[in-house]
Amino acid sequence: MEKNYSLPADHDLFPEGTSRCSLTKFSIWMGLVGAVALWGLYAAFRVLAEGLAVTALDDYFGFGLWITFDLAVIALGAGAFFTGLLRYILNIDPLKNIINLTVIIGFICYSGAMLILVLDVGQPIRAWFGYWHANVHSMLTEVIFCITCYLIVLIIEYIPLILEQKQLNRIPVLHHLAHNLHVWMPLFAGIGAFLSTFHQGSLGGMYGVLFGRPYVLRDGFFIWPWTFFLFVISAVGSGPVFTVLIATIMEKMTGKKLVSWEIKSLMGKIAGAMLCVYLIFKFADTYAWAVDVLPRSGLTFDQNFYQTIYGKWLLWSELFVCGVVPCIILLTPKLRNTPALFYAAALLDCIGITINRYVFTVQALAMPVMPFDTWETYAPNWAEWGASALVVAYGAIILSLSYRYLPVFPQERALNATKSS
Amino acid sequence: METKEFTIKWGMAIDLDKCTGCGACMVACQAENNLAPVVDASNKIKVMNWITVYELSNGKPYPEHDVAYLPRPCQQCGHPPCVSVCPVIATDKNEEGGIVSQVTPRCIGCRYCMAACPYHARYFNWSDPVWPGGLEKALTPDVSVRPRGVVEKCTFCHHRWMAAKDKAIVEGRDPMDLPEGEYVTSCTEACPNGAITFGDLNNEEHEVAKLASSKYAHRLLERLGADTQVYYISRREWVLRQLDNYLEDEKVKG
Repeated sequence: MEKNYSLPADHDLFPEGTSRCSLTKFSIWMGLVGAVALWGLYAAFRVLAEGLAVTALDDYFGFGLWITFDLAVIALGAGAFFTGLLRYILNIDPLKNIINLTVIIGFICYSGAMLILVLDVGQPIRAWFGYWHANVHSMLTEVIFCITCYLIVLIIEYIPLILEQKQLNRIPVLHHLAHNLHVWMPLFAGIGAFLSTFHQGSLGGMYGVLFGRPYVLRDGFFIWPWTFFLFVISAVGSGPVFTVLIATIMEKMTGKKLVSWEIKSLMGKIAGAMLCVYLIFKFADTYAWAVDVLPRSGLTFDQNFYQTIYGKWLLWSELFVCGVVPCIILLTPKLRNTPALFYAAALLDCIGITINRYVFTVQALAMPVMPFDTWETYAPNWAEWGASALVVAYGAIILSLSYRYLPVFPQERALNATKSS
Repeated sequence: METKEFTIKWGMAIDLDKCTGCGACMVACQAENNLAPVVDASNKIKVMNWITVYELSNGKPYPEHDVAYLPRPCQQCGHPPCVSVCPVIATDKNEEGGIVSQVTPRCIGCRYCMAACPYHARYFNWSDPVWPGGLEKALTPDVSVRPRGVVEKCTFCHHRWMAAKDKAIVEGRDPMDLPEGEYVTSCTEACPNGAITFGDLNNEEHEVAKLASSKYAHRLLERLGADTQVYYISRREWVLRQLDNYLEDEKVKG
């Protein structure tokens, strides 16, 4: 049997009808990402071996970069459950062209968040206590259960894509398994949407219930503080465009069209609509916080901000530059269909949600509640950055392998055939 | 907000006009409760002190300048912000006496309780405890040492209460009716000025109950609704005003 030496050595594993870079080039890329991962693994090893004393966390900042990172990636990974809901439950068919990517990103975000949590809890060996000795009154318990269950759902959603790998799919049993999982996918999408809604909400609820911290306290509706709803809507208002940004980065790196502009624009429109709903509630929430929660706690609006590091610019950036501006761009067809503006809006949207998670996590703890106490500041150190970089590198490895060997993008063949013709 | 009530409610009254900020309470607490010495204590918000003395200032220049010192143990809230948030029930408000428990073998070290506590009364074991120079031989036998990775806090020297109850039982007395002073915390005992008074807030015969009902007694951040069991006493208006957040036009309660 003759071999075609102009093709990469692993070309038999590529998705049908697609081309990929040489194995050498791919190996160099994986080596670079692997080097970052190794640095992160070293940081993780030091944390596990020596304890959290190697981090910059302290008794004021029990939560820091890692919790901010977790909350941000979980919000940005919301593209998975929300796109799944729209595609499988509400039957918005065009989204089938990006659903695989949303699932992979969701899987990376959630499994990465779990990885960070293993480092962040002081006693990782006792992590199972969260299930066994569960306190049903704690929002964190709900988060623990839902995130675990939802990660299982994401794995179930990811498996058929792996089984559709060209060589694996030739094995009849795997082919049928993948097919049957696809048939059941609306059920998993529904379960995923339910679980994800609740844990996104509970992550917000975690802060809203803290009546000892007026900066984040939001009384809310029945047992759910307002932050419960705000976190859900803000996640679905940013997750879809985060997926589009990742797809675009992959396009730039591979030099190929992977998702059509119509799909990207549709994702932007969906995110823009949800962002608009979010902003209405967020403005109402900020107003209610300023005129009710704070005066009730004996605090003024200004007392919640400190110098530049925890200044008002964070709030205004979150609300206007990273809220209203991207919302207008994403909801105005003419602006949305201008790529530069569209990508800028997507990026701002994601930054805004990250700022929100950051201030709820860090600024809330920096602010003194006792009048004689002082503002404290926090800056993560190398160990925290390293472990976070490990998750980013892990995500890049999963995405790179998935892109190279799995049929992630249904439009890839058609889009690139048009391009070459 | 729901507050749990008990027959006995151990509480503290701290007279801020008597406290000189000497720190004897902190030292006594460290020795009594087996707090390991910190290798690097340069970062003051990474150092464990179950009771911490804060310095308060009226912010005025000399000659009006005035200071006060405020020892802050766990406030043993009646409606604790930390208990409901703990995902593994490692802390609870469920035992006669009203002391907020901390079950360190149950704690997973998520630090959510620390985020919830506005008093900064909770501390995390960032490193393994190290007892230099045979110091482990001087540990209090009734208090478990804690490993790294768990949260801990003031327990009102709970082991002393257990010992006092045991003693009463052995002597044929009612362990739920201890005479005043039979159970006190180590900080109460160590204070050279008698600034700390400890006892049952529900027992009108106890000095602490009388002090707590004084018009000079205020609780820390009372308007948050944590319903704490530690009272601070001062006859100085500016000191009382720093015990809670007040808007400019608001007057100090009481």
